Amino acid sequence: MVAGESLIGRTERVEKASGLRLFWYAMWARAYPRIIGATRERSWLFFETLLPVLAVAGYVFIYRAIQAPPEYTGFAVLGGAMTAFWLNILWSMASQLYWDKDAGNLELYVVSPAPMMAILLGMALGGLTMTATRAITILVVCSVLFGVTYQVVSPLLLIAVFVVTMAALYGMGMLFASIFLVAGREAWHLSNLLQEPIYLASGFYFPVKALGFGVATAASIIPLTLGMDAMRQLIFAGGPALGFLSVPLEVGILAALSVIFIGAAGFALARLEVVGRREGRIIERRR
Amino acid sequence: MSVAQRVLDTSFVRRNDGVRSFAVATWLGWQIESNWADPFLFAIYSIVRPISSALILVVMYSVITGAAFQQPIFPYIYLGNALYMLVGQIITGVSWAIIDDREHYRMAKHLYTAPINGYAYLFGRGVARIIIGAISVVITIAFGVFAFKLPVVLSGIDWGLLLVSLAFGIVALAALGLLIGAWTMTMARHFWSVGEALSAGMYLFAGAIFPLDVLPAWLRWIGYLFPVTYWLELSRRALLGQAALGFQTFSAWSNASLLGVLVGFTVVLTLGSIRFYRWALNRAKDEGMLDMETGY
Repeated sequence: MVAGESLIGRTERVEKASGLRLFWYAMWARAYPRIIGATRERSWLFFETLLPVLAVAGYVFIYRAIQAPPEYTGFAVLGGAMTAFWLNILWSMASQLYWDKDAGNLELYVVSPAPMMAILLGMALGGLTMTATRAITILVVCSVLFGVTYQVVSPLLLIAVFVVTMAALYGMGMLFASIFLVAGREAWHLSNLLQEPIYLASGFYFPVKALGFGVATAASIIPLTLGMDAMRQLIFAGGPALGFLSVPLEVGILAALSVIFIGAAGFALARLEVVGRREGRIIERRR
Repeated sequence: MSVAQRVLDTSFVRRNDGVRSFAVATWLGWQIESNWADPFLFAIYSIVRPISSALILVVMYSVITGAAFQQPIFPYIYLGNALYMLVGQIITGVSWAIIDDREHYRMAKHLYTAPINGYAYLFGRGVARIIIGAISVVITIAFGVFAFKLPVVLSGIDWGLLLVSLAFGIVALAALGLLIGAWTMTMARHFWSVGEALSAGMYLFAGAIFPLDVLPAWLRWIGYLFPVTYWLELSRRALLGQAALGFQTFSAWSNASLLGVLVGFTVVLTLGSIRFYRWALNRAKDEGMLDMETGY
């Protein structure tokens, strides 16, 4: 450095992102820890696959104890794998802004120029990637352990079902994130409350058709209800006979739910910021 | 003055470190578990979860058997699932108290610098979960009797066997919970999963929702290693009488043999948990983990 030259003068100018570029960068920045975290610390493999495998095994052995047809083992295995997504929605999407407030991150999100919608989308993208790895692991382990056989009718339709189910599901997660933040300390209990009742209503371990038309229709607001029903119809030999609605209709409903949930999430988030600023809830950690 | 305050103010409670710590922790645990909502919402919360959990099994059973609730396997599954709610609450309750105090409320250092008996405190924090678990069990069984004609008749229950096995079962489970809780004090990662892993493992291997005979022979022996297996069998026998004897796993065992094994487990686990708690506390202090906030 030449004597007398200012350090400040030598500092390179940082190019600031704005508009769509800022949205894109903020989204990936929030997704990054979730995607990279899964590869950095692999000990999650033990706990986060062992627990669902044990739960699935319990349901499989119940079906065996009552001599159920073999396709029900597959139904339970698929449902068990999909619980990973629902738990991710409850604990890492819906409750996440509440955790972030507790850890002091929420106020940083709000005072930064990054759009909150990008933060939520990043959370969803990262969560989806991380959870898909877990769900696939559970599916593979359980399929091998219990000898589940699959008969995929249309791989393209199956991919389409999965994509629209996840879009609707994570849209719902983004909406829940705003609502749960307002709920404060109750968010924890709300997440707890939405586990078993949703496993029941959405037919995680049995065909949802068994609940009757009324209950199954009401439960269709949870994207996994129709998503799992469609997937079962597409991958199991006995699936179509036990399906609730036709697969194309289920895909259409799920696509509509995606649009509704993501739109509602944007609206709720904007509302949350207003209420949060007015009532001091964004930095207030006691509730 | 509230009842809780009156109990805490009695001279017996005030003079004895262990009793005082236990009583205060029980009151604190109950407040934490219940005061987040108004009583009506809390009641709904306490009813919906256990009933839903039971209904999952009921629907699975109905789909396959055409709702043949009179078969002996149905009360076996239903009662096992209902009673197991208590197990999950107790096993995970104590370790959650450690996590809550350390990570969420950030008061671990205040606790361990206060004149309390830590073991009694943790036991007390678990009691609130036991109460909630017990409420869930009663509601679920009552729902089963009402909705599915579960063959549980008040006059036919062997109350002596039920209460004795329940007392030993709860102490054994609380000791297990304390073992897990003490271990939690020395952990920086995955601390919330340990209790749930043990609880999920026992759900599968202890014959909670299906007879152990259904498991492959090479896995069946695992069930005999858990006190829960014996407690569940004794409770079923107490509630169902002769109807509980139809499954071969324990058909050759008398009630006295089952109770003897359960008492043995209770004594070993209680003594073991006291020793392990002391070791874990020293280790947590040694490693600077007692009040560590991992944010994990």
